[in-house]
Amino acid sequence: MSKIVEIKSIYAGYDDEVVLKDVSLDIFDDDFIGVIGPNGGGKTTLLHVILGLIKPYKGTVNFYDDLRTDRNNKIGYLPQLNKIDKKFPITVKEVVLSGLLYGNTVFVKYSRSDKKRAEQTLERIGVSSLQNQAIGELSGGQMQKVLLARAIVSSPRLLILDEPNTFVDNQFEGELYEILKELHKEMAIMIVTHDVGTISSYVKTIACVNQNLHYHKSNIISEEQLALYNCPIKLITHGEVPHTVLKSHKH
Amino acid sequence: MIAELLQYKFITNSLLAGIFASISCGIIGTYIVTRRKVFLSGGITHASFGGIGIGYYFGFNPVIAAAVFAVFSSLGIEFISKKTDVREDSVIGILWSFGMAVGIMFIFLTPGYAPNLMSYLFGSILTVSSLDIWLMFGLTALIIFIFIAFYRTILFVSYDQEFAKTHNIAVDFINYLLISLVALTIVLNIKIVGIILVISLLTIPQSIANLFTKKFKNIIALSIVIGLVGAFLGLVISYKINIPSGASIIFSLVMIFILAKAVQIVRRKMSLRNQRM
Repeated sequence: MSKIVEIKSIYAGYDDEVVLKDVSLDIFDDDFIGVIGPNGGGKTTLLHVILGLIKPYKGTVNFYDDLRTDRNNKIGYLPQLNKIDKKFPITVKEVVLSGLLYGNTVFVKYSRSDKKRAEQTLERIGVSSLQNQAIGELSGGQMQKVLLARAIVSSPRLLILDEPNTFVDNQFEGELYEILKELHKEMAIMIVTHDVGTISSYVKTIACVNQNLHYHKSNIISEEQLALYNCPIKLITHGEVPHTVLKSHKH
Repeated sequence: MIAELLQYKFITNSLLAGIFASISCGIIGTYIVTRRKVFLSGGITHASFGGIGIGYYFGFNPVIAAAVFAVFSSLGIEFISKKTDVREDSVIGILWSFGMAVGIMFIFLTPGYAPNLMSYLFGSILTVSSLDIWLMFGLTALIIFIFIAFYRTILFVSYDQEFAKTHNIAVDFINYLLISLVALTIVLNIKIVGIILVISLLTIPQSIANLFTKKFKNIIALSIVIGLVGAFLGLVISYKINIPSGASIIFSLVMIFILAKAVQIVRRKMSLRNQRM
């Protein structure tokens, strides 16, 4: 277990609106963190800081073990589905291959081993039959799987997912969590989710983000604790979820 | 008839112009359509009229003045919409009419009658000069080179900018480079179909191509072919019945679009019937 990311008392946001205030977090290479919090509380902002998409106003973010250098980036990213243009004319294979492109690339061609890697990754996620399809023909769940393949094709050491369980059905959600469980053997995972119910049986720790960050070093959390963390979230469990370890408030 | 036509220099010039227009618009139009920058391109087109007016007034080549004006407008729009929280479409709307206003002001201030003004509004492929042809050739070559050199990067950035940024791709550079090419393509093709119609040269071939293929590369290739057919047909019609080439080219392209759409509908119905049987 070694530290790969160290966030030290950062302030961050967009334009002049500060969303994150004095947030600190250490990420280790065997972490599986669930990030929860109300909308607009700064969950995505935190991911964007780690991904280098925005610079914090104050505070520092350090990467260890060459996790993120100028040349390379060992952080895999699955963005929110609604940010992707579904009508863009690109095939599944082209999307996954783009996950292997880094830096300023002139006259690049994908090598045979690149293509093989893309195929193997699609197979691993269980969507190899789709590889020559245009992305416009995919369902929401299939699309998420393709984006997941793009995120992990470069064998990252930290995988960041931004609400992968929106726009998809329950069956897909279960499949996704099983895939993540498998991937966690190889990489640290950080997942933003609004669905606190099912995910909590997979994650090891929970980060509650609402301007501030409260790190809960367990996957069992109660509504009272959430209230204490200034993280007002309803703990809804979906009927037949077998492994729910969330403690709900007893009336 | 063709052998007879080719004897005239202006006919060979206009054929060359048609070829370069089809290639440059085929490639750049695919970028515009897939990145949903059609409105932006409309804005740049009309803003460039300001450059034409300034060129007339101060006595330098209106096309070059328009090119400078259009490139700066497009970079400005890209910069403003990225850096500040102004709505991009509002900025485009302002620039769109401001460029036209500047153009009208300077053309009215210019003493005497503005000779080729109509050809800038409606296009005149039959009056393209050798300089125009050379400029178009240079631009087409540049576009082909950049799309070969940066093809995968362009595709990557166009599909998902944010993800490309996390992979240390020079997203801003690619965006600025391509928007400049968009501006130049628009200005150099104004001579052929005119300000009012140039946007259709950048969108109709792509819309037809997109009916048959969902791959970026194939859309480019098919758009070029469709553009060539449309330009050639339009040229013949323009020569035969003596109307501005812009109108006849766009008319031909829309006819091809309707035909293609009809073919697609019939094909779908037939495959449905086959499935039922």
